[in-house]
Amino acid sequence: MSDEQHSPNAVDPSAIETAAAVRSGDLSAVEVLETSLTRIEEREGEIHAFNLVLAEEARETARRVDDAVAGGADPGALAGVPVALKDNLCTKGVETTCSSRILEGWKPPYDATVVQRLAAAGAVMVGKTNLDEFAMGSSTENSAFGPTHNPHDLSKVPGGSSGGSAAAVAAGFATLALGSDTGGSIRQPAALCGVVGMKPTYGLVSRLGLIAFGSSLDQIGPFSNSVADAALLLEVMGGHDPGDSTSLDTEVPAVSTHLDDGVSGMRVGLISEMMGEGIAPDVAARTRAAAECLAAAGAIVEEVSVPAVVYGLSAYYLVAPAEASSNLARYDGVRYGMRVEAPTVGEMIEATRTAGFGDEVKRRIMLGTYALSAGYYDAFYGKALKVRTLIRGDFDAAYGNFDVLLSPTSPSTAFDMGSKTADPLSMYLNDLCTIPSNLAGHPAMSVPFGRGGDGLPVGVQVLAPALGEVPMFRTAAVLEAAAREEARS
Amino acid sequence: MSVDLDTWEIVVGLEVHAELATRTKLFCSAVNEFGGEPNTNIDPLTLGLPGSLPVLNEHAVELAIRVGLALGSEVSPSSFARKNYFYPDLPKDYQISQFDRPINVGGSLELPSGKVIGIERAHLEEDTGKSTHVGGGGRIHDAGYSTIDYNRAGVPLLEIVGRPDIRNADEARAYVTELRSILVAVGASDGKMEEGSMRVDCNVSVRRRGDDELGTRCEIKNVNSLRSLGRAIEYEAARQVDLIEAGERVQQQTRHWNEDDGRTHKLRSKEEADDYRYFPEPDLVELDPGAEWIERVRAAMPVLPAARRHRLAETTGSELEQTALVVERGLDELCLAAIEAGADPVRVLTHAEHNLSDERSLKLDPEQFAELVKMETGGQLTATQAKTVLSEMVEGAGSPADIAAAHGFEAMDNSELESLVDGLIESNPTEWQRFCEGDAKITGFFVGQVMKATKGQADGKAVTALLNTRKG
Repeated sequence: MSDEQHSPNAVDPSAIETAAAVRSGDLSAVEVLETSLTRIEEREGEIHAFNLVLAEEARETARRVDDAVAGGADPGALAGVPVALKDNLCTKGVETTCSSRILEGWKPPYDATVVQRLAAAGAVMVGKTNLDEFAMGSSTENSAFGPTHNPHDLSKVPGGSSGGSAAAVAAGFATLALGSDTGGSIRQPAALCGVVGMKPTYGLVSRLGLIAFGSSLDQIGPFSNSVADAALLLEVMGGHDPGDSTSLDTEVPAVSTHLDDGVSGMRVGLISEMMGEGIAPDVAARTRAAAECLAAAGAIVEEVSVPAVVYGLSAYYLVAPAEASSNLARYDGVRYGMRVEAPTVGEMIEATRTAGFGDEVKRRIMLGTYALSAGYYDAFYGKALKVRTLIRGDFDAAYGNFDVLLSPTSPSTAFDMGSKTADPLSMYLNDLCTIPSNLAGHPAMSVPFGRGGDGLPVGVQVLAPALGEVPMFRTAAVLEAAAREEARS
Repeated sequence: MSVDLDTWEIVVGLEVHAELATRTKLFCSAVNEFGGEPNTNIDPLTLGLPGSLPVLNEHAVELAIRVGLALGSEVSPSSFARKNYFYPDLPKDYQISQFDRPINVGGSLELPSGKVIGIERAHLEEDTGKSTHVGGGGRIHDAGYSTIDYNRAGVPLLEIVGRPDIRNADEARAYVTELRSILVAVGASDGKMEEGSMRVDCNVSVRRRGDDELGTRCEIKNVNSLRSLGRAIEYEAARQVDLIEAGERVQQQTRHWNEDDGRTHKLRSKEEADDYRYFPEPDLVELDPGAEWIERVRAAMPVLPAARRHRLAETTGSELEQTALVVERGLDELCLAAIEAGADPVRVLTHAEHNLSDERSLKLDPEQFAELVKMETGGQLTATQAKTVLSEMVEGAGSPADIAAAHGFEAMDNSELESLVDGLIESNPTEWQRFCEGDAKITGFFVGQVMKATKGQADGKAVTALLNTRKG
């Protein structure tokens, strides 16, 4: 399975096939892992997808999986599948940094719920992936440990904040990866790296052990080479967790069993507000092509207006920083992580946070603190909450007529590294199409759908109402099949 | 320094933080226990470790509901917010607290005097850890170093906010005492002020009598006992009156009570107050206990101190205030049972109030208590003898008859007493003359003489009655 000249997606290892082969004894988990590790050795130096590669731990896990199979036991649905974890997911005894100096060296005493569930399903964790510090960014350039490069073109960003996870799957370092999505942090890098990325309905996947950024928006979700693999990973890690009060007490929608149901008769709305200004023509064209392909597959496709989504970005940049300003207060040097000594406690806290946080994190903490301040709350945070309600209402209205909605994932293909770092606002605009789903708590996913004018991957976003994962995955599966067909011809 | 209460009115509103008697903390499974080695009752959430999440403790909610029902509050759908401020003993650097939607809304509390104090609200929140500042003046600003114990961090608190209906230090103490009795009665808290289970912040203002507007208030912190509560209020009211009388204005401030110098000291003014940047806690969902749960809790509620006082006062025909101590000691059930068994209500209450301070009194057999009172009212024992017998009954010495017999207590028969009294009248004509002229104070002289002669065996009341008969 090794290929000297690995190009992204050339091999497209499938988690489903890998797990099946490992469970049946046809393939050893150790062998699968070594292929991953070899690729990491070959290209990690230029890509920098990982903050930490767990080669030895992974080898031990893989051996245990193989032993279990040899002993007649079933290691689980992800037996022997190499998985990369975004470095804001807590891993017991393994450094978890959020790509921040302030947490450098911190080893959590527990595994995140999703990490436990993956381990219980026989997955092999190969490493912790790079991210924009505390998941704040859209290019993975805000990492304290250096940026991640796009495997398709090293001069381009992989997107962010889960850029390391997206790049790891795109480069074949891991078959699956976990990311977190607060405003598009899974879908946008998935689009830019040409892989599948999905944000579940808020509450479907436990946040316990995910280091918080914007608690009311954060969801953990899968990266994969295929829609079917994303479905499997969602089913393994989703479901109620009493340790997360916002976890939904509901079954994970049975996405895998409906993947091949097609879209015949399904009503698909193309969101007008996400097809005009700010969207690169090649990306818009690919999105229209996707709409046409769904129509060809029997869906009823129409344009639909969801007016309030245009306020999404403004509302998001009040809600997320506000919650972040509170969530990140605990990094004060008192109990764990970095401490810069100073004469008084107050000065120590100030010095620690000044040295420990990067510019973007500081910018958002200030933004959020301001938005929550006495006298400004109603004008900023309060109003943002109203916009959130408005967006939910407009989505509800749209879903009265449509089963799923369609849009570009990202306004453009992968951009040059360094091209937007000096202008935060242009960076923020990357999340124009993804943010509304987070504000509404709805699921959305990005599917690769051909390439842009520059030859780089384009992602198309499928949006669905709360717990509408089944129609969303069905649509994504049709798009994936069409894109593969197109690539072959 | 004391306030001229003819000119001035003191207005006090109390905020009481009660630690709820749960097994675990408000949002995690770390143990809620006073004492213990520092930093042993902790877990990831207690320390605010990254990735940890709060899960609301149902028992804490139930205890809050009990308090709400006890205070006649409306138990309401509520939600949590974050109160943001940096302090080393606050592990997440925000406190999860109920802000604009508390669990208990409104209500009232009746003091033993019968006065009713309004309750504004009661809300759930988590406690902080405990800092100890070593060196310097023992305050964070000038300490050499500080240690932090997070055992208390996350312990459930119910903050009960009273309305400014209290008018003096005695009422404030009575309010706290009564609230403590209620909290203990419903099992919500152990009410131990000395262990910090109950902490009081008091808001004090003054105004001229007849004014409708409330004066500017100051909030006094660090009031750790009933005694300091009274002293702090009296000091603070006097300070404010002095300011106003000197032509100055009272500034709204948070002040710190110093037990050693008996003064309050400015901590911060309103302008310097933290901006807590409250916003809805996104890690928790709305708390709506629902009618069914509330009714289940209501059905299991004990009879509360105020109701017990009323019941005892009605049964004994006494003043409400006279029943306070007896109910506080938990002796009302015993009294009611003894009365039920035929004992004289007034004597029962008097004994309970004055002669049953020992904790073992709670174990008295009501039948035997009734028997004792009957012996006394039947003239077989004098009041003094009855008190002696009762105290030995409390110690577990046996039945009143046996104890009385062991002491050789027998009430004197009337003819013996009559001749003794007649003899005294004859040999003390001057005193007798004064008695006949209505000098009540001289009664004590005759009673004393009789007691002396009988070595306390006589019944003082019987002597008085006899003297009155002889007077005619």
